[in-house]
Amino acid sequence: MITHQDSIHILIADDDEDDRAFFNEAINELKMNSKLTLFKDGKDLMEYLKLPNIKLPHILFLDLNMPFKNGFECLKEIRANNRYKDISIAIYSTSSSEKDIEDTFIEGANIYIKKPNDFTELKKIIKDVVNMNWQFHTSGLNIETFFFSV
Amino acid sequence: MKVYINYDGNAACRVILQEQLERLEVRYQLFDLGEIEISDDISEETFQELQNALNKYSIYILNNQKSQLIQRIKDTIVEMVFEKDKMPVTTISHYLSDKLNLSYGYLSNIFSEYTYTSIENFIIIQKIEKAKKLIIDEELTLTEISFILNYSSVAYLSSQFKKVTGLTPSMFKRIVDKRRRLVNNG
Repeated sequence: MITHQDSIHILIADDDEDDRAFFNEAINELKMNSKLTLFKDGKDLMEYLKLPNIKLPHILFLDLNMPFKNGFECLKEIRANNRYKDISIAIYSTSSSEKDIEDTFIEGANIYIKKPNDFTELKKIIKDVVNMNWQFHTSGLNIETFFFSV
Repeated sequence: MKVYINYDGNAACRVILQEQLERLEVRYQLFDLGEIEISDDISEETFQELQNALNKYSIYILNNQKSQLIQRIKDTIVEMVFEKDKMPVTTISHYLSDKLNLSYGYLSNIFSEYTYTSIENFIIIQKIEKAKKLIIDEELTLTEISFILNYSSVAYLSSQFKKVTGLTPSMFKRIVDKRRRLVNNG
């Protein structure tokens, strides 16, 4: 079991440098111990995840639109592999259509973030998501039915 | 005048521990590697006093006792929500302080301090977790579920469900059904 003394391990894949910097800032402002690793696209991310001796993250943030390998492809690949079954996956996108949200969850995402235009709002969302995910990891909830759309 | 000293940090630490434990009349046994066996249950106040006394020497008790208490709070709540056919109607604060023999104020503070959430919020999350299970496994209606989980109305259950998951119960059910079909066929 993880406790408050442990740190939460977060990965992010996003091709936009500003977005990455922003996420970094938002996560550093959280009151939790955290370790953050950033990737510039889905291909880099998947290569990293395939390494044999890494400590797998608690949560992975995936941008939907990335070159080489987009967020949806990464999601499918990760969910097809049992090694990653305990990682919660947060997808973010500019779409708020119910169908897109539903499809993303059906493919195995746990969290869907409709990206707001406002940075302050996004920061709050990231905090809520990391917190909810922490509750999920520390409270023995079922990952199969863990969904959070925000 | 300048003098030079030679000291053994480990030995010094043992002496400090012995002195402080004896001062507080705690029966104990010292082991190597920073492990102390405390023979009797000691009160929260004595524990706190011991902790404060040791902190002055930069000796810190790793917070197992608190982690254990938090785990007991969580276990009690999960048991209350999950292991009965219907949740008890007593208020949660009474239920917890009765079960754990500690004041609710104390439990509530310690919980908030270490879990990044509150007891109230933890209970909501657990109730919604149970609601999910009942929707999927038992195929119960929302009316039945709100009765089991002591919600005053279906509307209240739905709005709490939406707050915790961002989804309506029916969208949730649709997603789980489709996902299961996909996993089974894949």
